[in-house]
Amino acid sequence: MASRADEQRAGKWWVSGPPLLYLLVFFAVPTLIMVLASFRTPGEFGGLAPLRDESGALDLNLESYQRFVAETVYAQVFVKSVGYALVTTLACLLLAYPLATLIARSPKKYRDLLLLLVILPFWSNFLIRIYAWMIILGPNAALARVVNGAFAWFGAGPVPLLFSSFAVLVCLVYVHLPFMVLPLYANLEKHEQALLDAAQDLGANAWQRFWRITFPLSLPGVYAGAALVFIPALGIFAIPDILGGPNDTLIGNLIKQQFLETRDWPFGSVLSIVLTVAALSLAAFAAWIGRGRAGAERPVRA
Amino acid sequence: MALLEIQGVTRRFGDFTAVDDVSLAIEAGEFFTLLGPSGCGKTTLLRMIAGFDLPDAGRILLNGEDLADKPPEARPVRTVFQSYALFPHMTVDGNIAFPLHMAKTPDAEIPGKVAAALEDVRLPGFGKRYPHELSGGQKQRVAIARALVTHPTVLLLDEPLAALDAKLREEMQLELIGMQKDAGITFVYVTHDQTEALALSHRIAVMNRGKVEQLDEPSKIYGFPRTRFVADFIGHCNLLSGPVRSAANRVVVVDVAGLGAVEVATPLADATRAGAGGTIALRPEKVRIEAASDAARGNHYRGTVSELLYMGDVTVYRVATAAGLRIEALLANSKAGRAQFFEVGDAVDVAWSADAGHFIAE
Amino acid sequence: MHKPSPWLWACAIGAYAFLYIPLVIVVVYSFNDSRLNAEWVGFTLDWYRKLFANGDMLTAAGNSLLIGVTASAVSTVLGTMAGVAMYRYKLRLLPLLVLTPIAIPEILMGVSLLIFFVLLNVTLGLVSVTLAHITFCIGFVAIVVRARLAGMDEALIEAARDCGATPWQSFRFVTLPLIMPGVIAGALMAFTLSIDDFVITFFTAGAGTVTLPLQIYSMIKIAVTPEVNAVSTLLMLLTLLLIVIASRVSPSLLRSS
Repeated sequence: MASRADEQRAGKWWVSGPPLLYLLVFFAVPTLIMVLASFRTPGEFGGLAPLRDESGALDLNLESYQRFVAETVYAQVFVKSVGYALVTTLACLLLAYPLATLIARSPKKYRDLLLLLVILPFWSNFLIRIYAWMIILGPNAALARVVNGAFAWFGAGPVPLLFSSFAVLVCLVYVHLPFMVLPLYANLEKHEQALLDAAQDLGANAWQRFWRITFPLSLPGVYAGAALVFIPALGIFAIPDILGGPNDTLIGNLIKQQFLETRDWPFGSVLSIVLTVAALSLAAFAAWIGRGRAGAERPVRA
Repeated sequence: MALLEIQGVTRRFGDFTAVDDVSLAIEAGEFFTLLGPSGCGKTTLLRMIAGFDLPDAGRILLNGEDLADKPPEARPVRTVFQSYALFPHMTVDGNIAFPLHMAKTPDAEIPGKVAAALEDVRLPGFGKRYPHELSGGQKQRVAIARALVTHPTVLLLDEPLAALDAKLREEMQLELIGMQKDAGITFVYVTHDQTEALALSHRIAVMNRGKVEQLDEPSKIYGFPRTRFVADFIGHCNLLSGPVRSAANRVVVVDVAGLGAVEVATPLADATRAGAGGTIALRPEKVRIEAASDAARGNHYRGTVSELLYMGDVTVYRVATAAGLRIEALLANSKAGRAQFFEVGDAVDVAWSADAGHFIAE
Repeated sequence: MHKPSPWLWACAIGAYAFLYIPLVIVVVYSFNDSRLNAEWVGFTLDWYRKLFANGDMLTAAGNSLLIGVTASAVSTVLGTMAGVAMYRYKLRLLPLLVLTPIAIPEILMGVSLLIFFVLLNVTLGLVSVTLAHITFCIGFVAIVVRARLAGMDEALIEAARDCGATPWQSFRFVTLPLIMPGVIAGALMAFTLSIDDFVITFFTAGAGTVTLPLQIYSMIKIAVTPEVNAVSTLLMLLTLLLIVIASRVSPSLLRSS
């Protein structure tokens, strides 16, 4: 009869096997192929050149990487993407903080409802949310007329709200806001009122209580939220594609161009890899920070 | 041959040895208790009997058969968990019927057995309720009913009464004794509560740091503790330690700092050498306490009452002798004469006879 | 607790307004009797009628539903297995593969799957999109299931084994019923994610296949009419319904997301 340990191991493979297999085939392998593709030459009609050329040698080279490094415009686009993601993250933080605080402080029975209200917009279709801003920022819409009216009153020319960096940023914030609210709320909910009472008792005013107690304690939530906003924002392409102007090409747009328009797949892969490395490093960094701080706060398990 | 034999079982978790080379033989039909403070290994040992953990060394035999390769579901051993572990999505009937289903009992027989099990734990008619509708004591009983319904060979109980309040606990203790006697099943009971252990068990294994310090009937554990730990863990005890001055004729004399020479009658006298370390374990209820008087006869020690604890039926006096050593004396209030109610600060004499103490060699 | 100050209320309400007003505008203008989404002219259901007469739209909706149901079913099964495995056993590879698709920008998965399918000479279409959707849905289901397992009393499994149940029986009779709300919620979530997905579908759909989001995208880029508003409103209602059901079924869904 099989020993207990063997049976346990068999059970483990029965359960973890199928999802593991699926993800290996449809996630790990494509990723590896993409890495490999970055070392190949583009095919004549787009895509990839054959793996072995006429002489039978493997087609592997660093041309695409060299191109990325040599033509600085790509690095610039990357830096711009980082900039946009950063601004988005900060704006989300500023908006999310009061919201999360309010929910954390409201009576228990309302909290789930309030949270649901924050999440619902997230569950509406991504494109709808972009489209909504197209309407709001459209040249004939109320907002544009008010703003341009105000500008005209100051003697300045009309400013297009749509197809601009402003539109892209507003929409980026709009789309990612729930991701900042949730981790922040999860953290703030755990804060003990007693700490703030003690601080007040010791003479701290409202601002000091916030800055010296609440905010530092909320940092793990802030980092988690920042990671959840920054990383997706880095790779976004639909928003600049629909709402952005010619200056708003971000790395996501470049990747899309390379794969679907220019069809220079090796170069597109290089761009994707750069993006992946950036995203993964940030995710790992966020996880590392989160663990370091959470270690001090997690309750001791007996 | 004993029903359940534990032979040289050891279990380690990394650097920590939870169970250290423990050997026990548990007889059929007995109420056997593993008693000890938290971390002593009693629960780990219980889980190994149940099959949720495997020993790193040693064997566990049930009716002579090695249980090593048998997973929990194949062992004729049932566990009553500390948290009861009743399936929240099943009714009481469903919970109790579960092991019957697993044992492939014919469907027709199941309702009858379930009803009988509920009767045995005195919860007739509770079948349609869900666990969250039950009180702690009721959940307790359903857990026991579920464990007993397939008439296991051994029932393991992991501190089942820990979550109940004092009065309920006492009631359940009596019920458990009754249940065990009626069902005739071997109980292996784990607890850290020594009064509970003393009240319920046929035999107790006192465990500390993975080892069994003493295995005996309750009265012997209480009256004749074999180690300092057992003496201290069970009930209250005065522990008078020091080097042995002399040992002969069934009397050992120990030099106790602060008291001087103290005699104790013990069968170990012949095996004890002068100079070796020893402890006299003296139960407070064997210490006589009287108002200080020069007319006192016999061996007595002078001191002042430093603390007293009035507990309703008894009073515990802590008496500080001149050298600072504290002796505890317990006096049943109903037996105390007028002259024996003392206040803090009173001068008193404490005394005991040589055979009131129990000698423990170091 | 301190009552939140009015200033806090103002900021919070402002944030909620920020979140909802755009969506409200989309809905409102879907009933607007004007081609331009500029100002309110009059109430009409014309755009909805046009929508249902729009063959492309209906095909797209049909595709989305088909893909959604298939992807949801498969990813629920695989995701539940993954969630159980991650909870029960100390694994390193599986959590990595399950959680990374969620952590990285979607475009990366879209692009790598595109290369993958083309190299394998798989025609891009419904099948490729479904396979892609399953890949990222597994992670979500796994997280929900794992969270649900973590909230379950472990002693219950031991009690089941103690009562004579084999590991499979204790899973079937005890674990599964108890995590079922989580599994259902995960399935609903997977369905919603699939219906709404744009980026990954964009890269893996190829020329001939359209899903609802892709249709909306081309309508936005080419010719904006309030039909887009109409289809958006309907889609929002569907999603709302599903999410409300899911959070009723598994109240902890909010926490784990």
